[in-house]
Amino acid sequence: MNSPAGFQAAKPVLAIEGLTVSFDGFKAVNDLNLYVDRNEVHVVIGPNGAGKTTVLDLICGKTRATAGSIDFDGRELTKMREFDIVRAGVGRKFQNPSIYENLTVFENLEMSYPAGRKVFGALFFKRTQEVIERVEQVAQEIMLGDHLHRQADLLSHGQKQWLEIGMLLMQDPQLLMLDEPVAGMSVSERVATADLLNRISQGRSVLVIEHDMEFVKSIAHRVTVLHQGKVLAEGSMEAVQSNPKVIEVYLGH
Amino acid sequence: MKNAYESLLGGKHGAIGLALLAALILVVFPLALDAFRLNMVGKYLTYAFVAVGLVLCWGYGGILSLGQGIFFGLGGYCMAMFLKLEASDPESTKIQSTPGIPDFMDWNQITELPLFWEPFHSLSFTLIAVVAVPVLLALVIGIAMFKRRVGDVYFSIVTQAIALILTVLIIGQQGLTGGVNGITDLRTLKGWDIRTDEAKLILYFVSAVLLLGCILIARFIVASKLGRLLLAMRDKEERVRFSGYDVASFKIFVFCVGAAFAGIGGAMFTLQVGFMSPSFVGIVPSIEMVIFAAVGGRLSLLGAVYGALLVNFGKTYFSESFPELWLYLMGGLFIVVVMYFPNGLAGLWDSHGKRWLARLQRKPQVAAAPKPVAVAPSKRPTPELETTP
Amino acid sequence: MEWLSEFGAIAAMQGFNGLSVFCVLLLMALGLAIIFGQMGVINMAHGEFLTIGAYTTFVVSSLTSSYAPAFGPYYFFLAIILSFFIAGAIGWLVEWAMISKLYQRPLDTLLATWGLSLVMQQGFRSIFGAREVSATLPDWLMGSWNPTEAIDIPRNGLFVMGLTLLLTALLFLMIYRSRWGLQVRATMQNRVMARSVGINTKRVDRMTFALGCGVAGVAGAAFTTIGSTGPTAGSLYIVDTFLVVVFGGASSLLGTIASAFSIAQAQSLLEFFTSGSMAKVFTLSAVVLILMLRPQGLFSAKVRK
Repeated sequence: MNSPAGFQAAKPVLAIEGLTVSFDGFKAVNDLNLYVDRNEVHVVIGPNGAGKTTVLDLICGKTRATAGSIDFDGRELTKMREFDIVRAGVGRKFQNPSIYENLTVFENLEMSYPAGRKVFGALFFKRTQEVIERVEQVAQEIMLGDHLHRQADLLSHGQKQWLEIGMLLMQDPQLLMLDEPVAGMSVSERVATADLLNRISQGRSVLVIEHDMEFVKSIAHRVTVLHQGKVLAEGSMEAVQSNPKVIEVYLGH
Repeated sequence: MKNAYESLLGGKHGAIGLALLAALILVVFPLALDAFRLNMVGKYLTYAFVAVGLVLCWGYGGILSLGQGIFFGLGGYCMAMFLKLEASDPESTKIQSTPGIPDFMDWNQITELPLFWEPFHSLSFTLIAVVAVPVLLALVIGIAMFKRRVGDVYFSIVTQAIALILTVLIIGQQGLTGGVNGITDLRTLKGWDIRTDEAKLILYFVSAVLLLGCILIARFIVASKLGRLLLAMRDKEERVRFSGYDVASFKIFVFCVGAAFAGIGGAMFTLQVGFMSPSFVGIVPSIEMVIFAAVGGRLSLLGAVYGALLVNFGKTYFSESFPELWLYLMGGLFIVVVMYFPNGLAGLWDSHGKRWLARLQRKPQVAAAPKPVAVAPSKRPTPELETTP
Repeated sequence: MEWLSEFGAIAAMQGFNGLSVFCVLLLMALGLAIIFGQMGVINMAHGEFLTIGAYTTFVVSSLTSSYAPAFGPYYFFLAIILSFFIAGAIGWLVEWAMISKLYQRPLDTLLATWGLSLVMQQGFRSIFGAREVSATLPDWLMGSWNPTEAIDIPRNGLFVMGLTLLLTALLFLMIYRSRWGLQVRATMQNRVMARSVGINTKRVDRMTFALGCGVAGVAGAAFTTIGSTGPTAGSLYIVDTFLVVVFGGASSLLGTIASAFSIAQAQSLLEFFTSGSMAKVFTLSAVVLILMLRPQGLFSAKVRK
């Protein structure tokens, strides 16, 4: 941001500048600037229709920007294909748990192992000891170590959310994007998820969209409030919560 | 060794199934049927190539091609062009106004062999073309359609339109293709008369072995990570794409494999039946091949073979005895299988046959093993990976 | 200058030929656009509903000439109405028995309705025989209209055009102006929402499907004025019709009209320069190529996903 060029450590891992997307004249995201630093857990909040999910869609290439740039670690994401963005190190969890219901937990995680991603690679992909160890390690991390061979549709809703996070961890992304990770979770599951996020944010950046303020408080290093496709306020949770503009459009409701 | 056993044969279960099929087509049919009927079965088996490819594309990949006849036809026509050139040497065509070219060209006042026919003087070129021409066309269609994320339904309609275009083109360009009659009167392959009973028996075995080979290749694909990815894509395409996979390339790949199988089937058809015509290219044969796969079970590679055999036995029997009834039956079969038995014979076998077998052996635990195959209105039936142990 | 006016006359007549093809294609496509575009159902038996209309017209024509020859000049209007209702009623039954059970499985609908089309074709063959039949056209539909010496426009073509215009206008009113049309559009946009505001979506589906089939029936009645009817008369049009609908951008009726017009005119003009089969090859190939470049069709609106 304001740091001098070449000073590597302070350079944000993700720099969104002037980002705009319009659907038939309706600007869902309007001239947005947003930065995510290294090793940061950055939470985006905002009322419904503020453009939060659209921002994630734009970063991961699901929606194409009308104008502006998204710089990820020196690479321009707006021109890249979805799978290249993933391979560059961006992982994205969808709002509803999106897992392969017919496969086991092990197989779900294995699918995201970053090898055999091309046609012939996939054809001759082998389940080596290395793969097995990595899957087991991630399964432990997401608290599903005991359910490795259970079919995914038999998991609880919260466990499905964790499984999808685990699938992203398999790719070891530099930037992890989570869309409402605790929606529909019980209180204890929320606490466990907060711990999980605090653990996995070591060595990577995490961008989270969330409505649950308690949860946001327990994880956020920095909070950005979106309103009508623009940044309304940014800062620590306390600063944001006491911001009168924010209270007016969002928290005051 | 163990790996190969698992992935190609699908463990004990798959190995027994494959052995039974191999025994049926390599031993039982040749012993039980006379030369004429065996040749007919050989013809049905060439359709099974297409059906096996359709299981890959449609059952696993979720892409329903209504134009597999295109690839069957292209493979068949490549073979037929080679055989026709061999049958049209200047000596045997000396009564024509232009000796040395196929007879139908002469009838259409063509005086010189068209350029695209020239390479088909070579057998090795022909054998490559039998696979390469269908694969190339599938590659072009696949890239154009899947890279642009054309929906399933649009893909089906466009492939059907291409089948129609190709048929009209072949029929319209009589001088170049033999028109509606096709390429007929094929005689020898490198001097070996393919019309004798002995030759037909050998060709039957070649065809059967090739079919088993295609099934093994298909099993390898299905058992690989690529096979799991295909199934995953069918239900959660976005998740697969945002896990770093180029979804289109996998669809293009299975579509090309399906085209290659169909091309080989077409070439074997030409060799065994002795001609190739547009009636095996168009919309109707293409969609009939889908019903073979549907009857057998859209997720079962072996089922595709049984489906092709059964439907065609039925077709032959009924059109010989009750020609009126056949279309009613065929249409009814389509409706009933699709509406009530979306997993076809393989699904019935899994839900009823195995239980029955288990009761016979008094081993009730087997009965619990297969997943119930229900007509699920909300999502497609759960696939039974043939290779999961 | 002589050749120029001659060329103009040929172009006009060829263009008019294209118009007759366009009319039948459009009537078929409008029915399909309602079913496929609005409901997302792939009805491969759509051509058979055209055949139903054509056979209905034939039956009415034969009955009239044997029992009520005096009614002869007017039977055609009755035939059009009957075609609509018979095809619509059969469509209603088909929706009830088959389509309604397959809404979640579009590709399976395609296969099941293909099976249905086989059964229906054989049904026609069993009832009417394999030979093609033709309805006797009333006198006022015979002959042609000559605005100038060189131009010769057949009256049946003019009639079909009038019928097409009328029906298209009616459909537009129904879908975009009537309360029922509003219900249809609401159901197609958001089924759950429509149901929660009290729309009987099942009934809307059934009526929409029946309407689409009824329109195909009228297309069949129109078809008898320009061709003879056989058991497979309709299935010959099915691929073209699907291409028209897809090319026009599936959900827009205006797009369907523009697309039917351009495909029919291209076909007819090319036919003048090459053979009929090559004209078809060129037209269909062009459509397929354009669809590969622009899969959403020519006239679809940009929608937010």
